[in-house]
Amino acid sequence: MPNLSFNGNTYHCAENQSVLDALTGHGVSIPSSCHNGVCQTCLMRSVSGNPPVDSQNGLKETLKAQNYFLACNCQPQADMEITLPDAGSARIQATVHSIESLNHEIICVGLHCENPLEYRAGQFINLFKDATLGRSYSLASVPTHDQHLKLHIRKVPEGRVSGWAHHSLKPGDVVEISQAVGNCFYVPGNPEQPILLIGTGSGLAPLYGIARDALEQGHSGPIKLYHGSRNPQGLYLVDELRALADRHDNFSYTPCISGDAMPEDGYAQGRALDVALADIGKLTGWRVFLCGNPEMVKTAKKKAFLTGAAMKDIYADAFTLAAA
Amino acid sequence: MSDTLFNKLGGEGAVDAAVEIFYRKVLSDDRISDFFDDVDMDRQAAKQKAFLTMAFGGPNQYSGMDMRRGHAHLVAKGLNDSHFDAVVENLAATLQELNVPEAHIAAVAALCETTRSDILGK
Repeated sequence: MPNLSFNGNTYHCAENQSVLDALTGHGVSIPSSCHNGVCQTCLMRSVSGNPPVDSQNGLKETLKAQNYFLACNCQPQADMEITLPDAGSARIQATVHSIESLNHEIICVGLHCENPLEYRAGQFINLFKDATLGRSYSLASVPTHDQHLKLHIRKVPEGRVSGWAHHSLKPGDVVEISQAVGNCFYVPGNPEQPILLIGTGSGLAPLYGIARDALEQGHSGPIKLYHGSRNPQGLYLVDELRALADRHDNFSYTPCISGDAMPEDGYAQGRALDVALADIGKLTGWRVFLCGNPEMVKTAKKKAFLTGAAMKDIYADAFTLAAA
Repeated sequence: MSDTLFNKLGGEGAVDAAVEIFYRKVLSDDRISDFFDDVDMDRQAAKQKAFLTMAFGGPNQYSGMDMRRGHAHLVAKGLNDSHFDAVVENLAATLQELNVPEAHIAAVAALCETTRSDILGK
């Protein structure tokens, strides 16, 4: 009879009993609805290794890779240690290694962790200004490639964390960050699948990580990145991305300008989403990553789906701007 | 057990095949798209899968009361018979696209019909 460890307690799970039934039977309240592995309300995560294969049916590949499972469909064969999603929010200390300007409103903060942070390019962390005030930032670095964690921080008007990062933070400072979380990252296993990445503003950060991660892992299908801004000054890493495109035949980079001030050449006119859809047409079979302005992400998600991308192949961690 | 509607339709595989076609149709249908235009599309797609599983006669534990509670906020926004009819129409069109025999489509529509008063809070 397997045991379940949850929130510091141990619960017995009877033979052929689901994790959901076992926990609720012991009076532990777990969110649930359909009890048939369909609605995904009872999503939990195994911290003790791979959950039973059946309990992951229908989940996104990135959730499977992080050992998420559906409690109602999980009949454990061995002891399991489990948590509810995103419960592991222990803080980690990091030292500011570098601060570089990427453009007039975005800086790149490099962080060094004594014990390397476990993460996947494209996930995000929370950066804390003090005990209670933190904001989410995507990781632009690639674990196997970059020595330090890299965050792209845009100065938000009146933003308390971004203002602090832009004006007070300096190399050598020690800050607190969270574990890396999020489902927007590259999963190997389908190396020929075409990949579309669309970002606006500092939403380039996770896409810069994901694109390089996919290339390093030997992705052979086309990888198309569209980065949009109102004017050329809003774009950044243009030279690095052009160089990356020169080095990899299957990677393309299209900087997009939605305003009137068009530079001479090498830029596309229009919003990144519109330019990408006009370029590619139908997205049937594509894997799509979206990041940036919440309205853009919402519209892009819907358009990507309606033009043929499967729900399971659309990845986005939409950040809403917290009140300053 | 093999002759249940759910099995005749092809079980869970049939639901998987139908759910995205159906969700694309309702999102593109101006009569009802607002009711489905959720910020969280993954959550919304999972709901459609739960709905199709039920409409196909598959295993579900939704009671009439769950249906009422789950749709009350939409009824408050004006969900009525014409919207319900449009959803069933989109579901039928989805099944036709998948070459499901007309008799099975009629059975699915009849199953949907049994939920009408609960969903519309009548």
